[in-house]
Amino acid sequence: MEFQIIWFILWGVLWAVYFMLDGFDFGAGILSAFLPRSESDKRKILRAIGPVWNGNEVWLITAGGATFAAFPTTYALMFSYLYTALLLVLFALIFRGVSLEFRGIMDNEGWRKKWDIAIFLGSFLPALLFGVAFGNIFQGLPMDISGYHGSLLMLLNPYGLLTGVLFVLLFVEHGSLFIAVKTDGELSERAGRLSGGLWFALLAVAVAFLVHTYFATALYTNYLNNPVLFAVPVLAVLSLLGIKVFAAMGQHLKAFYASCATILLVTFTGVIGLFPNLIPSNLDRNYSLTIFNSSSSIYTLRIMTVVALVFVPVVIAYQIWTYRVFRQKTTADDVSGKETY
Amino acid sequence: MDVLGLSRLQFAVTSMFHFIFVPLTLGLSILTAYMESRYVSTNDQLYLKMTKFWGKLFLINFALGIVTGITMEFQFGMNWAEYSKYVGDIFGAPLAIEATVAFFLESTFIGIWIFGWKKISKKAHAVSIWLVAIATNLSALWILLANGWMQNPVGFVLRNNRAEMVDFTAMLTNPYGWLKFTHTVLSGYVIAAFFVMGISAYHLLRKNNLDFFRKSFRAAATFGLVSSILIFLVGDFHAREVARTQPTKFAAMESVWESTKEAPYSFLILPDAANERNSVEAIQIPRMLSFLAFGEGQAEIKGLKAYPKELRPPVSPTFWSFRGMAALGILFLLLTVIAFIKSRGNSIETSTGFLRLMLYALPLPYIAGQLGWIVAEVGRQPWIVYGVLKTSDAVSKAISPANVMVSLAGFTLVYGFLAVVDIYLLSHYAKKGPDSDLSTLINPVAGQEV
Ligand code: HDD
Ligand code: HEM
Ligand code: HEM
Repeated sequence: MEFQIIWFILWGVLWAVYFMLDGFDFGAGILSAFLPRSESDKRKILRAIGPVWNGNEVWLITAGGATFAAFPTTYALMFSYLYTALLLVLFALIFRGVSLEFRGIMDNEGWRKKWDIAIFLGSFLPALLFGVAFGNIFQGLPMDISGYHGSLLMLLNPYGLLTGVLFVLLFVEHGSLFIAVKTDGELSERAGRLSGGLWFALLAVAVAFLVHTYFATALYTNYLNNPVLFAVPVLAVLSLLGIKVFAAMGQHLKAFYASCATILLVTFTGVIGLFPNLIPSNLDRNYSLTIFNSSSSIYTLRIMTVVALVFVPVVIAYQIWTYRVFRQKTTADDVSGKETY
Repeated sequence: MDVLGLSRLQFAVTSMFHFIFVPLTLGLSILTAYMESRYVSTNDQLYLKMTKFWGKLFLINFALGIVTGITMEFQFGMNWAEYSKYVGDIFGAPLAIEATVAFFLESTFIGIWIFGWKKISKKAHAVSIWLVAIATNLSALWILLANGWMQNPVGFVLRNNRAEMVDFTAMLTNPYGWLKFTHTVLSGYVIAAFFVMGISAYHLLRKNNLDFFRKSFRAAATFGLVSSILIFLVGDFHAREVARTQPTKFAAMESVWESTKEAPYSFLILPDAANERNSVEAIQIPRMLSFLAFGEGQAEIKGLKAYPKELRPPVSPTFWSFRGMAALGILFLLLTVIAFIKSRGNSIETSTGFLRLMLYALPLPYIAGQLGWIVAEVGRQPWIVYGVLKTSDAVSKAISPANVMVSLAGFTLVYGFLAVVDIYLLSHYAKKGPDSDLSTLINPVAGQEV
């Protein structure tokens, strides 16, 4: 297989795993503003994502680094074209990070309230903006020989916003199942019930997204040329149904796994539709950024492939180990100290 | 200002800010890991207390290192798109490797370390902080190999309108990169040593927890002495490497205008850049500069005038920063020698004058580090990749001055705010001293022994 194709697959996998992992952090961060009825509830939620959010975020950093190493032209143009949107994501992630770290060590009520707002916005904004960004990439950006002709406001078109809402709902559903699994008692029950209600909203938006995609993008072309690929979106829909089935049986862990699969498969659905583009141009297809016209040299791709094949499995192994170390539910006991790490 | 000027300012602000937090992480992670290992091997509760106290300050600092790092990762694409296109084939690789081999390790095991006190064995817990320490130093290695390549580009050809890598090993073994790595992590160790000594001095002056802070001070003094000696030696090698590979930077560091054989070293120099000369050159050691640069007194030092004006870096900032850093380096040697000797005894708290000095010396290694980066980055101008790509050709074409003004204002505000919060938290917990009730620190599970 050509190295560009290997790296296209890896590129898709990195984003998909990032959304699957940081997705529940975003969801939990958003819900931490609504779900808790007490300080102890709130701490339980934050404590559940505490040990893992940073490791999850590194999947984003790696996705960025991999884009740079494997497709430098795409890295350069994507981030300079989407400058202000990316800036907003950065600020949001900065605030999420510091507030998750500092909220627990500030023994001061007033400050905690401020960090709470930052945690909410720092989770909600990236969830929405990643969706908006990917929606626009699926549609193609207005670029031609003279560069980029878009603006921040143009990104907020109906399809971009719809994808943004889809991402937010996916992550909130994901986060509520995570809370249901990782906490106990009444909080866990409420999170479970919420996920049941949210699911209908998610289903509605997901259907709207699949339909709108047909009209707004060229993503289905690859599928129509090669119908076997339809297996991926079909599986995405099946796992979405699986969430409801498992949740209705009260098996929240399995529902959470189904939600992991949904996020992976939804991302793959989009990425497969893009191939071989990384960013299509919606003005002139000759100026689309493809994996062939924006890639690094074969020499570099080969080295990076070796690095990825050796280290990514190791990373996955110790991250799974971490989830096992922290597999127990967080209880009121865990968060009763005056400082909650 | 235009997009170029604003982007340069923004890069300088954000990278220098990142480098306020990163070096302490590099050193304090090692000191904390050392303390926890002592606790595991001796079972002495004092070392556990030390681990928790210094570990807490480590974590407060660490948080800002992480969030300011995300900005760095994406800025090359945002503001330096032409750069990223032109050298991405080479420069992207170490960045991606850094994330894969270092950031994952560090971020995963820091989570284990913070929350895992009860979940894993004592030994495994100590291993996790060692893994964090190794990972942070590994991340410095990769980013500095990347920066080393910008300083001394090796192993590439110009092809397909860009620089393409042809020899990965050359980049991995670039002496410039390794010197940069060694020198920079050592600067982190010096910073951490002065940080621990400064805070310990504060408490020793107040006779708080004498035993605790004496031990902390002693460990840091040893660490600081070794690091200060090494950074001085490596700095000397580093300067030679600069003389060999970046003659314009070296000439600016020493403010040499005319090419001279048997160049003397002058302790007192006042550069006069407007007139391309030095208005004062005094207290000289004959042939010393030639010797420092090339290891022989006869060697010729190329002066700035040997290069066209547009290829010379700004002289004054490069020169003064270099002098400042070297002077501070010598001061650190002196201070750590005294600290080492005094901390051998058991009554360092009686040397109040010296302790006060060490308290006020706390910020100095930070300043030395920032000065060092000014030498490295400003001295490399007008090149972004020395001899290959000019900074002015590297900036993004798709962004407007308004874009960068907004982001620069945003970074200044956000970072300014974070700096205030961080300093507040650090000084709050530093002054508070170690918690006598260990169970409330880090591990909040009440009523269980740690
Ligand atoms: C505590 C901090 C500290 C101290 C005491 C010193 N340095 Fe330094 N220096 C740094 C911290 C630093 C740094 C932050 O680590 C830099 C910035 C870029 C780099 O590679 O390291 C640096 C850069 C730097 C450079 C420029 C590298 C380049 O252009 O790429 C040279 C030539 C030296 N140093 C040499 C010295 C010498 C001769 C010292 C004599 C004592 C010295 N440094 C002390
Ligand atoms: C974290 C420590 C660092 C500090 C404090 C630092 C400092 C600076 C400063 C002061 C400038 C402005 C120079 C000028 O405009 O004249 C600059 C520019 C720059 N540096 Fe660094 N730097 C650091 C690390 C790095 C690293 C590790 C890289 C690359 C991997 C890098 C790449 C650049 C780039 C791309 C520019 C912009 C172009 C320029 O103006 O030179 N810097 N940096
Ligand atoms: C200019 C280029 C740089 C980039 C792109 C960059 C990128 C990053 C990123 C993304 C992180 C966060 C990792 C996480 O989330 O866990 C980070 C943290 C870190 N960086 Fe940088 N960095 C740069 C410069 C430097 C330099 C010059 C050094 C050291 C000499 C350094 C050392 C570290 C260390 C040790 C950490 C982890 C510890 C901490 O967060 O305080 N970085 N960096």
